[in-house]
Amino acid sequence: MANQVPVAEGVFTWPSEEPRLLASRCTACGNHMFPIQQDCPKCSGSSTERVELGRTGTLWTWTIQGYPPKSPPYAGDDDPVTFEPFGVGYVEIDGIVRVESRLTTADRDELEIGMELEMVLDPLYINDDGDEVVTFAFAPANSGGA
Amino acid sequence: MSDDVAIVGIGMHEFGRHDGVSGIDQGVVAVRRALADAGVQWEDVEFAFGGSKDGGAADTMVSKLGLTGLQFINVANGCATGGSALFSAYNSIKSGMFDIGIAVGFDKHERGAFRIDLASHGLEEWYGESGLALTTQFFGMKLNRYMHDHGITEPTLAKVAEKAFRNGSKNPMAWRRRPMSEAEIAESAMLSYPLTQYMFCSPGEGGAALVLCRADKAKQYTDTPIYLNAAAVRSRKFGSFEVMAPHLATERSDGPTVDASKAAYQMAGMGPEDMDLAQLQDTEVGAEIMHMAENGFCEHGEQERMIAMGETEIGGRFPVNTDGGCLANGEPVGASGLRQVYENVLQLRGQAGDRQVPNDPKTAYTHVYGAPGISGVTILSR
Ligand SMILES: [Zn+2]
Repeated sequence: MANQVPVAEGVFTWPSEEPRLLASRCTACGNHMFPIQQDCPKCSGSSTERVELGRTGTLWTWTIQGYPPKSPPYAGDDDPVTFEPFGVGYVEIDGIVRVESRLTTADRDELEIGMELEMVLDPLYINDDGDEVVTFAFAPANSGGA
Repeated sequence: MSDDVAIVGIGMHEFGRHDGVSGIDQGVVAVRRALADAGVQWEDVEFAFGGSKDGGAADTMVSKLGLTGLQFINVANGCATGGSALFSAYNSIKSGMFDIGIAVGFDKHERGAFRIDLASHGLEEWYGESGLALTTQFFGMKLNRYMHDHGITEPTLAKVAEKAFRNGSKNPMAWRRRPMSEAEIAESAMLSYPLTQYMFCSPGEGGAALVLCRADKAKQYTDTPIYLNAAAVRSRKFGSFEVMAPHLATERSDGPTVDASKAAYQMAGMGPEDMDLAQLQDTEVGAEIMHMAENGFCEHGEQERMIAMGETEIGGRFPVNTDGGCLANGEPVGASGLRQVYENVLQLRGQAGDRQVPNDPKTAYTHVYGAPGISGVTILSR
């Protein structure tokens, strides 16, 4: 298995066997934001602290990306011949924030608002060093991941 | 009721694809047609607000229209560029600063879905690299949740697009003028569930311009002045669900459309029950459906019945997107909001030809929406 590297530093804990998304919590009003940001759009405050989000959540809404996104910025397979559709959804985590994420299934019959999900890593591409670049995704819970 | 500002001239450059014609030139054509419609000379125009997203700087059109020294201000406000130009023109006249001026918008976009400039949206690279930064995903997800919450069904989606292309077929300025069946729309490529290819509009090209003046001088130019009773633009509040959002708050609030709509009704001293027809942002079919309720024309979920009964057809109880909307016209961002106003002026003058709304409409409403969560609304009357 290729060495894995994250798509960016500071999006999820790394290195980690069970990475968690990194978010900000406003120290004034308790609002949560993802990814990490300094300023709070809820109370106009500018003091936040770093928090790790839970690895499970529920699907709040979803779609299926049916055509290759333009590259750049997309770093995955944008070849219309080999492109595989992927799911995209907002996942409600810990009842405090809804995070936009790739989903490991693109089958509409497997996707349902309210379903339980768990975080996994999703390979995007192999970089020039031969490392596998991964982003985060959510998979149906108890499916054994991607 | 606010009736201090009148629209006395309208002009459009055909929407669509125009190889070899620059965006600026399409704007110039729209202005010349609006001036001719009003019987106004360019040298008499005291000010202009103009904008374009990808078509170039609007104020450079003075080198084609004439170097008269007028006050020309460029406006850049995403999908609300036209609405913002109109708001600015309205206030320039209402304040007493000027008597007559122009609002103009035009655009010329590359083919295919809009490519998102992440940095200009304050977004990080990984968001786009991961395949998330697509407006089409937002539209699919907002609609999917809305259908779940309010009982809108998939067949209703195809009905909205079928109406758009049928109305567009009666509009010589529209881009897509071939009527399409519900089946053809529903069976086209699934781009972002539940939305298929023909349920989305495409970035396009075109121009639109309006000549506005003090209402008490309007009869100098036309026998049928149309009054601009309200023009409002609003940005998003905390808790609204908008495009290009790596996260959402769990707390929900109304989007900018609801706020812009309320502001416009207040300005005009009218309510949704007073409107005779509307042009609503239909980037995709779900947007038209959701915006019917967000602008106050029905309750959430009521659209299912209204559309089945044909109430939003040109001959229906409340016609929506009589010119084919963005679906049939495409979306040259800078021109799109002014295209809606152009259509409403035609409807209120009774000059809309094959697509004329019957029974002499007296009031008309426009609404635009776009990234990163901005809405613009106008109310016209005669
Ligand atoms: Zn706060």
